Amino acid sequence: MTEHTVILRNVSKVYRQNAVAVQALTDINLEIPRKDFLCLSGPSGSGKSTLLNLIGGLDKPTTGEITVAGERVDQLGKGGLARLRLHKIGFVFQAYNLIPVLTARENVEFVMQLQGRSPAERGAKAREILQEVGLEGLEGRRPGELSGGQQQRVAVARAIVSEPSLVLADEPTANLDSKTAENLMQLLVHMNKEHHVTFIFSTHDRLVMDFSRRLIKLHDGRIVDDEKRGAGAVG
Amino acid sequence: MNVTLRFAWRNLWRHARRTWLTASAIAFSAALLVFMITLQLGAYDMMIDTSLRVYTGQLQVQRSGYLDKPQMRSTVPEAAALAAELRAAGFPAVAARAQGFALASSGSRSYGVPVSGVEPKYEPLVSTIPKRLAQGRYLREADAYEAVIGATLARNLKIKVGDELTLLGSGRDGSVAATIVPVVGIFDSGNPELDRHLVQLPLAAFQEVFSMGSDAHAIVLSGMELRELPKAATRARALLPADRELVVLEWQELLPGIEQAIEADMVQNWFTYIILIIVVTFSILNTFLMSVLERTREFGVMLALGATPYRIGSLVMVESVLLALLGLGIGLVVGGGLAVYFHLEGFTFPGMAELYAQFGLPGRIHAKLSFNAIAVGPAVIFLFTVVAALYPALRIRRLAPVEAMHAV
Repeated sequence: MTEHTVILRNVSKVYRQNAVAVQALTDINLEIPRKDFLCLSGPSGSGKSTLLNLIGGLDKPTTGEITVAGERVDQLGKGGLARLRLHKIGFVFQAYNLIPVLTARENVEFVMQLQGRSPAERGAKAREILQEVGLEGLEGRRPGELSGGQQQRVAVARAIVSEPSLVLADEPTANLDSKTAENLMQLLVHMNKEHHVTFIFSTHDRLVMDFSRRLIKLHDGRIVDDEKRGAGAVG
Repeated sequence: MNVTLRFAWRNLWRHARRTWLTASAIAFSAALLVFMITLQLGAYDMMIDTSLRVYTGQLQVQRSGYLDKPQMRSTVPEAAALAAELRAAGFPAVAARAQGFALASSGSRSYGVPVSGVEPKYEPLVSTIPKRLAQGRYLREADAYEAVIGATLARNLKIKVGDELTLLGSGRDGSVAATIVPVVGIFDSGNPELDRHLVQLPLAAFQEVFSMGSDAHAIVLSGMELRELPKAATRARALLPADRELVVLEWQELLPGIEQAIEADMVQNWFTYIILIIVVTFSILNTFLMSVLERTREFGVMLALGATPYRIGSLVMVESVLLALLGLGIGLVVGGGLAVYFHLEGFTFPGMAELYAQFGLPGRIHAKLSFNAIAVGPAVIFLFTVVAALYPALRIRRLAPVEAMHAV
């Protein structure tokens, strides 16, 4: 039997804006197996980011069930969601969103500190993961002293270092040039293989779709296509 | 250094100018409070010391109950001998005193006045009256029949040095106490009450006129540091004969008005200080609200990463503590420096010496250095700063990750 990292059953999301109901997602059913490398695509307003937020426990569905790494996200309170995000989910954002006053190593350590790991373990693990993402020698630099690609690598290191079951990446290549974006995707494929982490992307970028092993297309809040692509077109 | 501490410290310096301005406001108020409070406490000590020195003394040995009901028969037996014992025990300034009441007359004028019997040899050690003679001289011999009187009383009686003063009262045993004594000196103590009423006679003469035997009504002790008085009182109590119902009274009991005046002044001053602190607190609150608002997006990311609102709120609180400590550190150095300087040199302003001399006060106020004097002001500022940071820290609890991450 296939082990699933994410299961969605009849998930819908309605936003209320000035008493007007906006149907962001309608009746989403989805099973994402462990170690999958999946891409959510679709035009703006199709519900990609909303779906990513629901899976990541950043928002709650209006109806339906969401299970992530064995936990019912839709039933968790604020504290439970924070704990789930901290231990089971990693995030990579379009704008990197590193903490500007912390160095690359401290940004990576920050998540481990939240997890309550010892300073010695944090230091060793941060060095190891930064070396793995190719930032050896740049650990002491702050985000403002790194290029966009380097910052996104720090963000990947930060997402992976907590040893999550799932990494959610929202438009991770949107601010990168094509060469840097390709290098980043190769790194993420490597992380997927080496760390056995499930990756879900939300993107418009053709490159990201090419690297994915599964491509889900959304339109007006509904899944309109679910294409399984074997080992991924490139990866 | 702990990551949170390092994080908080660096956050402070994202806007260095704003941080320095806020720290300066804290430093200024802390320095001002340290300086003002040490000077204020120094002024109180001077006021207490000066008031006690004029006449009351720092401690008094009396018969139990005499303070509330000063009757002639409530005496300290063998007062001069007991005073000598206290002197021998190391108390620097000790003098026996007897108190009576008489009708003082000169020519056609009469006034009811308190009459005090003093030891001319020892009275100058416990009172400034012997040094504040406006005319004539002070009492010399313990058994001489002579008197010194207050300047206002002399004016009212139209009496001058060398004139005779008639005293008519009742002695301890109810007999008539009457005498005619020459006025050898007129004092101007600076205390209007004493200058209007007091007549002093040598103790032996008083005891004779008022049938006191060798008793008196008080043994006055002085010449000690104010902070040593509670210990000195305990030591004096141990030296008193157990069978004579004697008590040692401290200055707060002898002159309760001084303490009440100090308390009233302190409340008034603290009202001003609290207004200053509230103004500074609003500046700090503004800084932290700005700081939290402009980092809403970053807090959203931290929430997404798994940080709890409590954790982020704690970070803001740590920032406020660090900012407060920075400002208070500078304020303590500046304020403490001023306090030490004015403790050593004394504080004065042009004309102060002449003004204070009229009331027998020294022309300089020496700031009082003590842990409380220096720490209380900054501690209150610290408390207000931390409370000010609570509001923005608590606002973080309302942040939702998705909305926060979309904040500009």
